[in-house]
Amino acid sequence: MVDAYFVGIAILTIGSSVLALESKELIYGAIALAISMLGIAGFFLLLDSPFVAMFQITVYVGAVAVLVIFTVMLVRTQDLFSAKDDKGRKAGGIILMLLTMGGIGAIFLASGINNPMFGNLDSEPIKIVEIGKSMLTYYSPALIVLGLTLAGAVIGALALARREVLIKENESAN
Amino acid sequence: MNQLIDFVLVTVVLFSIGIYGLVVKRNAIRMIFSIEIIANAANLNLIAFSRHVHNVEGQVFALFSIAIAAAEVAVALGIIIIAYRLYKEIDVHEFRSLKG
Repeated sequence: MVDAYFVGIAILTIGSSVLALESKELIYGAIALAISMLGIAGFFLLLDSPFVAMFQITVYVGAVAVLVIFTVMLVRTQDLFSAKDDKGRKAGGIILMLLTMGGIGAIFLASGINNPMFGNLDSEPIKIVEIGKSMLTYYSPALIVLGLTLAGAVIGALALARREVLIKENESAN
Repeated sequence: MNQLIDFVLVTVVLFSIGIYGLVVKRNAIRMIFSIEIIANAANLNLIAFSRHVHNVEGQVFALFSIAIAAAEVAVALGIIIIAYRLYKEIDVHEFRSLKG
């Protein structure tokens, strides 16, 4: 049986992720997405993983949500708010969503992880020290590649911003 | 007591909502929202299994996945801003010159 915290966080997460896709104004959608990420962080806390929950809040709610909100402000146009979804497309999407939900859900319910004996929360939670150890020993090459990827993403974003200036300079030179 | 299956069912629902958004929405920013919802469902799955099977790797992979998702969002939003400068539009159906 699930407890009240689980039900509350599940309703918050799923409700706000639906709102993120269906809200009329894009900016409210961005805020709803941030709340949904916060709900996921709540699930991480329920699963005794405070370090990942902290990381989730820092990266998603702190960085990604702010980035998205700034982008929404930059690309704000009137057409954005009047654009309606195609009715047939929407019905197809809902049918696909229900099929995915029912199909994958049925597979999981029929599988061995539905057994209450599978895994237990009574065991010791994983310590942050263990995460740090495996990140800096066995997974240290992955950590370095991750750092390079992030640097590459930043350099790529800067290059995208720079190109516009170069094109303008070329145009004025011609 | 929460079982593993409860967390897995929540991730299935979130994943399906993400699929719905990717199929139906034409707004590029909303498609990024859908991708983020799917990525978060995957992370929640990793953490849930990591906790119930008592394995450190799940949490390490989730941390890597969160960092990669952040880089992906930065690049995607950069591309959207460039596309908006070129087309004055963020409807993916209007980005015709990218069609194969």
